[in-house]
Amino acid sequence: MKAKIHVTLKQGILDPQGKAIEHALDSLGFKNAGNVRVGKYMEVDVNETDKAKADAAVKAMCEKLLANTIVEEYRYELAG
Amino acid sequence: MKIGVVVFPGSNCDHDCQHIFKDVLGQYVEMIWHKETLLAGLDAIVLPGGFSYGDYLRTGAIARFSPVMGAVKEFAKKGGLVLGICNGFQILLEAGLLPGAMLRNRSLHFICKDVSVKVENAATSFTSAYESGQVLKIPIAHADGNYYTDPVTLASMQANAQIVLRYCTPDGKVTPEANPNGSLDNIAGIVNAAGNVLGMMPHPERCAEAVLGNDEGKLIFLSMLEGLKGNKKQLKMVGAG
Repeated sequence: MKAKIHVTLKQGILDPQGKAIEHALDSLGFKNAGNVRVGKYMEVDVNETDKAKADAAVKAMCEKLLANTIVEEYRYELAG
Repeated sequence: MKIGVVVFPGSNCDHDCQHIFKDVLGQYVEMIWHKETLLAGLDAIVLPGGFSYGDYLRTGAIARFSPVMGAVKEFAKKGGLVLGICNGFQILLEAGLLPGAMLRNRSLHFICKDVSVKVENAATSFTSAYESGQVLKIPIAHADGNYYTDPVTLASMQANAQIVLRYCTPDGKVTPEANPNGSLDNIAGIVNAAGNVLGMMPHPERCAEAVLGNDEGKLIFLSMLEGLKGNKKQLKMVGAG
């Protein structure tokens, strides 16, 4: 199965990269762009046929390594 | 004293730490490759600065799972002195040996310059050689030094005197202008509740020799040695030596 994982800063944590990009968009004339937040996207092939096992594995990966849950949150989808 | 300096793939301040303890302070230093799982006979451990694992994923995120970290955690649990400098501080945070997390510097720049920090707590094993409130000039060199923790933990750390070093003006005022990276409460260095694990973003090993024009950082290492000698005396007295 393929896990598609997004890791983003929690709301309320300052995201200077997001702000920098927001300003750049504004300078380029995109006046309708706001609240830019930058995150990470990762793909992991999970070698499990049982969807529940795969889900538990990906959740554990996120909790333990892929996200720092003090300042980040994660979401993922499993396909295949 | 026997000092262990852990070397992760990508550490680059390990030799500077070795140099200070061995050549400047005359101690026995062991360089410990991150794959070692046993740490025997050490009095203190240093996690040096650098870019362990290239800062991939998050700075310190992968190094915290290096085989050696199990032994470092045990050592810390038993009250051993652990000093984390820059990347070392980041690894201690990711490993949960210190509370909180590091974010990207607010300016998004890698900042490499001398700053002033104030010793807020001169009663720790790492700062006893300083005066309380002493201001020192010390270099920083980092892109992820923006310390963050939640309000409850911050209040607890403040109540517990766990904030050891704060960025300040050269005359000791803790102001937003003196904060190089956006770090919460101008925090530059903290200690754990038990007081045996300290993490600091500035580099004391880069200002611990007169020949470099600044040896104010040497007192961090002297404080550690002072504390260790004291402990050994105590141990001898109770017959545990």
